[in-house]
Amino acid sequence: MIDIPSLLANGIAALVGPSTIFFALLAIGLNIHFGYTGLLNFGQIGFALVGGYGMGIAVLYFGLPLWLGVLVGMVAGVVLALLLGIPTLRLRADYLAIVTIAAAEILRLITRSTSMTDFSGGTQGLTGYGGSFRQLSPFDNGRFYDFFGVRFLGQDLWSICVGWTVVGLSLILVFLLVRSPWGRVLKAIREDEDAVRSLGKNVFVYKMQALVLGGVFGAVGGIVFALATQSLTPDFYSPPQTFFAYAALIIGGAGRVFGPVIGSMIFWFVLSITDNFLRQATAGSNPLISFIDNQDVGAIRFVLVGVALAVLMMFRPQGIFGKRSEVLLDAR
Amino acid sequence: MRPAGPVRSPNGARSEDSGSTGRVPGLLRALLGALIGALIASAVLIELAAPALAAQPPSHSMPSQPAPPEQPGLPVSGTLRNVDGTLLVGVRVQALAASGQQVAATVSSTSGQWELTVPTPGQYTFRIDRQSLPRGVTVLQGEVVRDVEPGTLSLVVFRFGAQRAGLPTSTSAAALRVLVDGIRFGLVIAITGIGLSLIFGTTGLTNFAHGELVTIGAVLAWTLNVTFGLQLIWATVLAIAGGGALGAATDLAIWRPMRRRRAGLVAQLVISIGLALALRYVVLIYFGGRSESFADYTDQVERNYGFISITDKDLATIVISLAVLVGVALLLQRTRIGKAMRAVSDNRDLAAASGIDVERVVLFVWILAGALAALGGVLFGLSELGGTVQYEMGFSLLLLMFAGVILGGLGTAYGALVGCLIVGMLVEVSAQIIPVDLKYLGGLGVLIVILVIRPQGLLGSRARIG
Repeated sequence: MIDIPSLLANGIAALVGPSTIFFALLAIGLNIHFGYTGLLNFGQIGFALVGGYGMGIAVLYFGLPLWLGVLVGMVAGVVLALLLGIPTLRLRADYLAIVTIAAAEILRLITRSTSMTDFSGGTQGLTGYGGSFRQLSPFDNGRFYDFFGVRFLGQDLWSICVGWTVVGLSLILVFLLVRSPWGRVLKAIREDEDAVRSLGKNVFVYKMQALVLGGVFGAVGGIVFALATQSLTPDFYSPPQTFFAYAALIIGGAGRVFGPVIGSMIFWFVLSITDNFLRQATAGSNPLISFIDNQDVGAIRFVLVGVALAVLMMFRPQGIFGKRSEVLLDAR
Repeated sequence: MRPAGPVRSPNGARSEDSGSTGRVPGLLRALLGALIGALIASAVLIELAAPALAAQPPSHSMPSQPAPPEQPGLPVSGTLRNVDGTLLVGVRVQALAASGQQVAATVSSTSGQWELTVPTPGQYTFRIDRQSLPRGVTVLQGEVVRDVEPGTLSLVVFRFGAQRAGLPTSTSAAALRVLVDGIRFGLVIAITGIGLSLIFGTTGLTNFAHGELVTIGAVLAWTLNVTFGLQLIWATVLAIAGGGALGAATDLAIWRPMRRRRAGLVAQLVISIGLALALRYVVLIYFGGRSESFADYTDQVERNYGFISITDKDLATIVISLAVLVGVALLLQRTRIGKAMRAVSDNRDLAAASGIDVERVVLFVWILAGALAALGGVLFGLSELGGTVQYEMGFSLLLLMFAGVILGGLGTAYGALVGCLIVGMLVEVSAQIIPVDLKYLGGLGVLIVILVIRPQGLLGSRARIG
């Protein structure tokens, strides 16, 4: 039978869990790129990868303290943005899309290569870089904390608190930036690049700044998630994750400050509940739904995300809170 | 063992009305005729070369997993199968602990299956006792190191067969070999990439779902070949037809309505990504996450032609690809529909104003692209993935397609051909220098380099890049 209380508890846990934080940060970065500036970055997961791995490698391979590792991860995000932006930002929007997705895949292939095992851990990935993060925790790491039936392990509660603090600070930063003159130029670039150019603004530089800023949010997302899970595995950073972040952004509403966070919460709440429901409904000797194999549940949710992304973009590209007129729908 | 469930996507109901909406069938028939002709020519080639291989039993079935035993310890199992598909009976398999001490041993049963139990989780070396092998069976990989963990299926696969013989030793022969490998891979990328480029040229859409057309083509051919026992050549012909139908179906069901609603290109791009995600995991659900082998041409020896030795399937891949690409070039250059395609690609409005039915041309482009992608999928699996099909094959090819198409000039058919050949060559050359699991890097790296130096690509026009 379907255990509805546990379904809801899992859903609520997912609402605030590390995955939601991770995708909220990725989507905040994408919101700067796609929502405000109109840049099509399809390699956001690559920014998360350089953030997480930058930190992990700095700590494990170069023996730096963790706070310096975090800084290295963020700088890695800046460097990646510059490398990708210089060749593509002068070109049409879809070139950036192709180059970013290719770059993310290149990074994943390099980190998982067996020839890189000493450096990035190969297919096994990295662990053991974030011990000092857990030591900072004010909670009892091994204990369960109960909030109205939703239970969190102390160490997870610590990463959740840190994660949401980071998300909150990021939102304040984005809120202030997009209301500044700088933010208005970004929106103007999204609406009409040539008009902005005719006003004497250097569009390339503004686009580059936006790409760097959004990329750093992606890198920070990677860092926070790597600290929460205490492990880095290369195949986690695969291209569909970027599409998940896009789905979260578009659900919430691109070009809205809170859009990515609310989108990410809804995305993971719905995904967790459907996932748990399908798993319960297809498990056991006499399943409620017999035509779906229990092992296929993981794949079904990817199918649902893909269909949801396509359907949303067809019929409601502004998501829940966005303004249709403010969503970039056409490339220049 | 996946049931031969209903294959829904490729031959969906929407493909039926492609016949009634346009005057395409005649053209489609002409194109398919050309493709089939080329295939039959090469079929004869392969058939002459490898008469005995068709009788091989399907080797994709895995041993049915027994229920976990009650006694402590972790079960490890597998099936011993020679390269020709025969089951190996009475072969001794040993499990060695990290210290080198033997912890378990067993002998394969009459169905070739073996199972043994290791005491604790950890790393073990599984080894075949070569003394116990039947006469004439050689081992390619007789030792497998494996982490055994509780709660997971521990299958160990040993590989049999001779090492590929006749590898050239001199540097010039090795260089020639890399050249031929590069041409072969480049041609396969080109077959799929031309469709991508034509779609971009005629509609402006950057189709991220193109890789899935490739995968579905290969999976369709695999299903017909392995599940329904159709010879691979005929399975491929049907898969090409199915790929064309799928291309038409996506155009009629999604892209034509989107164009009619004047949806922006970015919206269409995101939709194609959603479509790619959904299709890829539908394929995963139907097909499974493993690499599955075609039933035909799985094992071929290299034939020595004096200056180069090459397997028949690799030679056939090159011949088929060249024939099809020449056919596509003739189609673009000589036929009315080909000229119309180029006209729409150059200037859509002007083409429409001069009386070309743009929607009909676009539909034909989708059919052509779908058919080419399906053929490319089979050839990719056959030549590059060692005769296997896997659900992610299209995506890994997609990025190389993009690299080739942008290198040659986005939207140009001949540029795509040149660019893809260069990318294929780069991949094969770089595999000589850098580790093999990084060999796609050279192909993707050139994408970034060309955008810095010459963003319009080798044969592209400046106007297109914005």
